[in-house]
Amino acid sequence: MFIKIVNQRPDRILLHLISYFLRLTLVCGAIVALSACSVGDPTALVNDPHETANRRVHAFNKGLDRNVLRPAGQVAAATPDAFTVPISNFADNAGMPSAVANGLLQGNIGGAATNTMRFVVNSTVGVGGLFDPASAIGLQEDDTDFGETLAVWGVGEGAYIELPVFGPSTQRDAVGTLVDLVFDPLDSTGHDIQQDYSGISRGLGLAITRGLFSDTFDGLLYESADSYSQTRLAYLQNRRFELGETTPVNQEIDPFADDLSLEGFE
Amino acid sequence: MSSLTFSRRHFVTCVGAAALTSAIPTTSFALNASQAEGLVNNAVSDINRVIASGSSVNAMVDSFKGIFDRYADTAYLAAYALGNDGRSASNAQKQSFGDAFGLYLADKYGRRFNEFAGGQIQLQGSSSVNSYIEVQTLAILPGQSPFQVDFHVSDRPGRPVFFNLIVEGVNMLLAERAEIGALLDARGGNLDALIRDLS
Repeated sequence: MFIKIVNQRPDRILLHLISYFLRLTLVCGAIVALSACSVGDPTALVNDPHETANRRVHAFNKGLDRNVLRPAGQVAAATPDAFTVPISNFADNAGMPSAVANGLLQGNIGGAATNTMRFVVNSTVGVGGLFDPASAIGLQEDDTDFGETLAVWGVGEGAYIELPVFGPSTQRDAVGTLVDLVFDPLDSTGHDIQQDYSGISRGLGLAITRGLFSDTFDGLLYESADSYSQTRLAYLQNRRFELGETTPVNQEIDPFADDLSLEGFE
Repeated sequence: MSSLTFSRRHFVTCVGAAALTSAIPTTSFALNASQAEGLVNNAVSDINRVIASGSSVNAMVDSFKGIFDRYADTAYLAAYALGNDGRSASNAQKQSFGDAFGLYLADKYGRRFNEFAGGQIQLQGSSSVNSYIEVQTLAILPGQSPFQVDFHVSDRPGRPVFFNLIVEGVNMLLAERAEIGALLDARGGNLDALIRDLS
């Protein structure tokens, strides 16, 4: 976030930074208050007190996928990589300033430094982010977001929530998504073109991802008996895995545990 | 006495002894890391051979059924997926559910194995968890970021078999228990109807 591609006066950068951290402090207060409201059993596999409302949102999201995202993903999957890869690269690169800010907030200096280098290299040598020479020289993206920052700060996961359009989330990740949307350091660090096209490229990036993992998404949404509970289960476990918060039940599934009678199955 | 009973007893004895003396090293398990890794290697190369054969999807699904039977703890998979819903089932129902569930798994995952064409599974290492061994691998598929796949391996039936698969933190057995539960609910809890539909 301290990197400026176009020339900008140092006092303006300072102003941006002060304004950014002020807004952040305000929101953080709200977040901590919100997340403290619903602390479920941290060892539970699923904490879903809002299931009825969540299922309604799920039905809406599924309709959105069926009518918009899934067809868009099919188009993206049929489009040559020469077009889709630069779009994905551009969207990823536009997300780097946010990842750097979150890395710093988490005290992950190494990750923030790598992402900063990525942003510099790909924004310049990589033609504004269309290409990814950074990965080629060993600067692998250290993906992160404000939901992870909150987790590092010790905020609990909270209840499961399925957000309209954004899909599966938790109270903690919903706040994270909101904060990342409202406070994108790209606004003060990116090139005009990066700012103008970051939204559209991220939208297209979503369609490209939907196309790339179409079997996984279709399996969860259209080939399962209860797509809501399958999506919830997959999201929570995968998110905890990303954050290094394993689900205890994973290790309890043990053929020698004697909690399951195998009589008749052998 | 079958080797299964022996290894179960052996394990229970070890745990009991460990609890009393706290001096039994974890190496008292019958299954060792290299056996578990060997199992995963063999299963992966069998799967790769089927994918490379270029057979029809149905022929591949048949081959995957054979691979499941050889390398997986099919009885445990079926019992876990059915969970508490299996308590009131007769042995005959359990037997036919196990058969139907094996077909269902081979079909569901066999079709998905196509995605692994041109990819590879890299062995990362293994660690011992409770009474089983977790073999960590990295799946590297063309055009995708590498992702972690962990095989949980035990010797419950008296030979090394895998009984669970964790893909990027997502547990296959938990997903299948939820799925089977939902399929049963959709049939008003009628296990025979479920067996019929899965077969």
